[in-house]
Parts: sequence; structure tokens; C-alpha cells
Amino acid sequence: MLTCDRLVLQQGLFSLTANVGFEVGLVTALIGPSGAGKSTLLAAIAGFLQPSSGRLLWDGTNLTDAAPGARPVSVLFQDNNLFPHLSTAQNVGLGLRPDLKLDGAQHSQVGAALADVGLDGFADRKPSALSGGQQSRVALARVLVADRPIVLLDEPFAALGPALKDEMLDLVRSKLKTAGKTIIMVTHDPSDARRIADQAALVADGTVAQPVATDSLLDNPPPALAAYLG
Amino acid sequence: MAHSAVPVTARWPSAAAAALVLVLTLGTLVAVAWRAEWGGGLAPADWAAIRFTVIQALLSALISIVLAIPVARALARRQFRGRQVLITLLGAPFLLPVIVAVLGLLAVFGRGGIVNDAVTALGLEPISIFGLHGVVLAHVFFNMPLAIRFLLQGWLAIPAERFRLAASLNAPVGRLLEWPMLRSVVPSTFLVIFLICLTSFAVALTMGGGPRATTVELAIYQAVRFDFDLGRAALLACVQFALCVAAAFLAWRVTGEDMMGAGLDRVVQRWDLRRPSIDYAMITCAALFLLLPLAMVVWRGLPGLFEMPTTIWLAASRSIVVAIGSAALCIAMALALALRGGAMVAVIGVLPLAASGLVVGTGAFLIVFPFVRPSDVALLVTMLVNATLALPFALRSIAPAVAQVQTDYGRLGASLNMTGWSWLRLVVLPRIRRPLGFATGLAAALSMGDLGVIALFAGQAEETLPLAMYRLMGAYQMETAASAALLLVTLSLALFWICDRGGRTNADM
Repeated sequence: MLTCDRLVLQQGLFSLTANVGFEVGLVTALIGPSGAGKSTLLAAIAGFLQPSSGRLLWDGTNLTDAAPGARPVSVLFQDNNLFPHLSTAQNVGLGLRPDLKLDGAQHSQVGAALADVGLDGFADRKPSALSGGQQSRVALARVLVADRPIVLLDEPFAALGPALKDEMLDLVRSKLKTAGKTIIMVTHDPSDARRIADQAALVADGTVAQPVATDSLLDNPPPALAAYLG
Repeated sequence: MAHSAVPVTARWPSAAAAALVLVLTLGTLVAVAWRAEWGGGLAPADWAAIRFTVIQALLSALISIVLAIPVARALARRQFRGRQVLITLLGAPFLLPVIVAVLGLLAVFGRGGIVNDAVTALGLEPISIFGLHGVVLAHVFFNMPLAIRFLLQGWLAIPAERFRLAASLNAPVGRLLEWPMLRSVVPSTFLVIFLICLTSFAVALTMGGGPRATTVELAIYQAVRFDFDLGRAALLACVQFALCVAAAFLAWRVTGEDMMGAGLDRVVQRWDLRRPSIDYAMITCAALFLLLPLAMVVWRGLPGLFEMPTTIWLAASRSIVVAIGSAALCIAMALALALRGGAMVAVIGVLPLAASGLVVGTGAFLIVFPFVRPSDVALLVTMLVNATLALPFALRSIAPAVAQVQTDYGRLGASLNMTGWSWLRLVVLPRIRRPLGFATGLAAALSMGDLGVIALFAGQAEETLPLAMYRLMGAYQMETAASAALLLVTLSLALFWICDRGGRTNADM
């Protein structure tokens, strides 16, 4: 369980309170209006934003003061998920060793992960030689090889077309969830949430609500969500 | 405690670089002042030097800009073959060793030069190039191209739509568009050139001289070299520091980001152009003024290039070693400071602009004097001084690129747990290759052509190529000096080209 224990996040005048838990192995969607603080919560879990009070716990371990790289967390950002000057295999390899000094076993692990996301034979290409969807697959392969149980998706597929985005979301579910990762994703689109999220949490009015089953939240939206969904 | 959103790099490299810069700029000043025997304040001759320094810098900046305006305007609105080459060449004087340019200018305007040949053929008295007008002439030669590039950038920054609108309204383009642009670009350009001319040493040493044409930096040289009067040197260094800090502060506040300028290759379509002859005359005159002295160096230097004494080749090899060492040190410091970032680093980065190279050198000697013989470390000190003096330019090229990498990829690197060396090796260095190559080339070329602190302490065995050239000129061996000049300028530009090229080749972003 990933627990936000009376977590208070502040950025200037903006303030967000989170007192919620995320079940291990489930996909949770954070849904709510723009500027409500969905990405802010992800930044705090990833370690880029220090909470002004409260604790962040993973399986009882206190993560509140851990550096971003020391947390059991992989992040897919909105953009710049790949280093453009590194090859596909190197970008994936960074998930295993941040200094890229891979041994033979790790090289084959990278190859297997690339094959797993359908990029067999693309190991030596640079990101500029890949399509947008293929670039997303490389980033997913890196998350797959990394030994980090929590995955944060900060709308990494927003720039893709609808069909491609659905394809990526299905891939997240079939690969990452199957690998046992605990996934938290930000989304604007209720259909994204319905597509892959087991549960959804409303972020609105300065608070993060406890996650509930996705369909029940979207079928009977509370007033704040109803106003947003229109 | 907030986590940094970029991978954590070790603190000591930036601390060491900052400490080295502080020791070399301020520490050396203290070292000189400490050893000085203080006898009274500034002498009348010192006041004359201060006055001369400010006047020549004002005149140099003013004339450079007044001449640059019509040339920049012509380049901004005319398209012709060779335009891009000419604009690239305008960047070259920054890399040109001062002593080479001086030799070229002497070949054109000096006693036996082309201009005086024409003047005497008309039965008139030959003109002397030495003194205030010689110093200003050389400064204009160096800084007019800089001014042209700054102003050209200003012109090309005016959106094409504005010219279209002005044309459709039949409005005066000059008053409506060009005058406001000049009002914003000219002051910063003026200050930058003023600052560059303020600390000028080699030009004053060769073109000035005499009590009536001595800059503060030259007065420092004379105080150390001939009188070993450290008190006066320290006092003058403080004066120079104060002058430069004021000018540098103003200049840095009003200057834009990109000093070298990109995208100067477009021409804005204009509808208000009639007589192209004036524009082309301006461009031709400017090109002649800039290229003729260089052509003379090549012309006079080429015949004797392979008959130079061994000492010149030895001096050249010493210069190459110093240039490479200086560039490496400069880049290491710039990288360490750029990775740290912040306001303190910015201040330390511009500090060398206000320092006197000669005082830095003298102070460095005084610091190491108890331990080693000065001539033993002449080249090492020169290397240190050159690296420090080139730091502001290197930092200006590298720091924005490093900041961009940290903005774009800092979070990704941090979340992947990349640290220090991996982050530098795998991400930062590959992504800043172009500015890194450019800055390395710049630092190497500046060091290669530098005639400053080395003139104070070097004996025959520590001579660098610019110093050897200066001594040849002093001995009126002009043919050999011209050959040495040709070698020097070739080496400087080659060093720059190799480094800059290295940064561009296979740099896929």
C-alpha cells in the first residue's frame, strides 16, 4: 500500500491535502479539473516536491525524505521521457543501471524488454528515428526493466492520436499491471480511466478523495466531478 | 528541505572553480597590494593614464558604432553573393590575435604602409599612426565587426510583418521601425565595446606608448616591469577594477542573451529601397578596412614562412601547449560553475571581465614566488590567467545550454537515480557538444593569441609566439614578424576550427 498520510502540498497560494491509500498492483486514475493538483500529487510521490507536512509511506517505509532516484518509483512525464542522443537500448538500459555499465545478462534483459513491447530490432535506433508511439514503447520498456514497483503516468500519451493512445493504455495494462506494478495515472479523459483504471480518485477543491471503483465514480459523479464532466 | 529536480552533482568542483577564480581575480590583487610599499596616491601621470583610458574607450566605442550602423543596415536589407561569408568573417576579429591585427594595420596605415605611400606620392607629410588615433584605429578594427553583428541582429529582430505594414501605410521605416530598434540596441553595444577597450593592453603597448598615450593597463605593466613599483600597480589595478565593474555591471544588465548570434542569414523583404549603390559602397569600404590588413599579413608573411628561425617554431609549440592547457582548464571551470548555477556563479563568471590580466599575473607570481622561480612557472601562470580571462565567454556559451538540459531532462535523470559523473558523461556533455566545442575553440584561440602577462616575466626560454612576434617587431625584423604573424593567426583559427568542428560533427540532438 502506498499511503499519503495527511500529506499537505503547497505551491505559492495553491494547497492540496491528500489522506489516501493506493492498493498494491492496481491501476488508479486521478481525475479532476485542470489546475486541481493531479500532477502536483504525482510530483510529490516522485520526490520533486517536498510536502509541507504529512508523510508518504510505502509498505510502512517512510519515503517522505528520500531523494527522487532513491524511491521505488518510475515516472513517465508528459514529454522528454527519452534522451534523444542515446540509442533505444541505452535509454532502456538506464532503467537497470543509471551509469549504463551493463553486464551480459542485463543486455539480454534490455533486448527482452524491447521485444516485449514490440520493438525487436530497434535497439540501435535513436529516438528521432522512431514514431511517437514507438518512443512511448521505449519508455514503457524502461519502466518494465526497472526494479521499481510504483509507476506514475503524468499523461505521457497526451500527444498521441486517440487510437494510438488507447493502444498504449492497453499496453500499460497488459505489461505493467501484469508485472505487478502499482500504477497511478493522471487523466483528463473519463474514457481513459474506464479503459484501464481499476479505481479512480477525484482531485478537486484542494483535496484528493479516497479511490473508489472507476465505474461507480463515473456513473454517479459527485457535484465537483459532474461540473467538470459536463 | 526540498529535493533538487536535477541529478545531484558533487559540490567540490564548482567550489574549487569559484575559489580559483576568486583567488586569481581578487586574491592576486590583495597579494600585489600586500607586497606594495605605499607612497602617496595617484601621480599626475596616473591621472593622465586614467583620462586617456576612458577617452580612447569612449571614442573607440562611438566610432565603431557610428561606422557600423550603415554597414549593418546595408547587410540587413541587401542580398548578394558572399553575404554569408562576410557575416561569418565579421566574427573572426574576436579570435584574431591582437598583435597580428596590429601588424596588419601597420602594413596599411604605418610608416611604410600603403596609405603613407599614397600620401607621400602626393607630396604630403607622412601620417604617424602612433598615439591616440592609432589606439582608436586598432580598437575600431576589432570592435566595428562586433558592433555590426549586434546591430544586424537588432535589424533582423524586427518582424517582417512590420516592414509590410509600414510599406502599406507608406510610413517612414527609419523613424517608425529602425530608430526605436537602434535606441534599444546601441546602448548595450556601446557598453560592451567600451568595456573591451577599457582593459586593452596589447593595442596600447604597440600603438600607444609614451606618456600621452598610456592606458591604465599599460601603466600597470610599466610600473611592474620597469619600476617594480607594486604599490602603484595595485592602486592602478583597483582603479581599473572600479571602472570595469561599473561598465561591466551596466553592460551585463543591458545585453541580450546570445552574443554570437544565430540566424543572421535571412534578408527581410523591403519596399522602401531605392539607391542600392550607397549600401554596396558601405559594405565594400567595411570589407576593405577589415580584410586589407589581414591580406597584407598574408602577403608579407608567406614568402618567409618556412625560413623562420627555430626559436619561432619553439615559441609556437609552447603557445599551442599553453592554449590547450588553458582551454581545458577554462572549460572545466565553466562546466563546474554552469552545473551549479545560481546568482553567485553568475557574479563569479563575470568577475574576470573587470580584472587586469597583468595584476592577476603579478599577483599569481607573488603568491608562488617564495616557492619557485618566476621563470619556471611563467607558462603555467599564463595558462591560469588566460583560462580565467576566457571564463566569462566560455560560461556565456555553456551555461544556457546546461540550464536547458537541466530543465528538459533534470527530472528524468533524477528519477532514474543518475548521479554526478553518469549524468555529466551520459547526458550533459553529449547534449551541449556544440556550445562546448565553440567555447573550447574560443578559449584556445584567445589564449593562443594573448599577449599580456607573459610579456612581464618570460625570458627567451619561455617565449610564446605572440611575445616572440612582439620582440621581432621591436627589433624591426618586420619580414620575420609578418611570417610569425601568419603562423600565429593560422594556428589560432585552426585551433578554433578544430574544436568548433568537433562539437558539430555527428551532434544529433
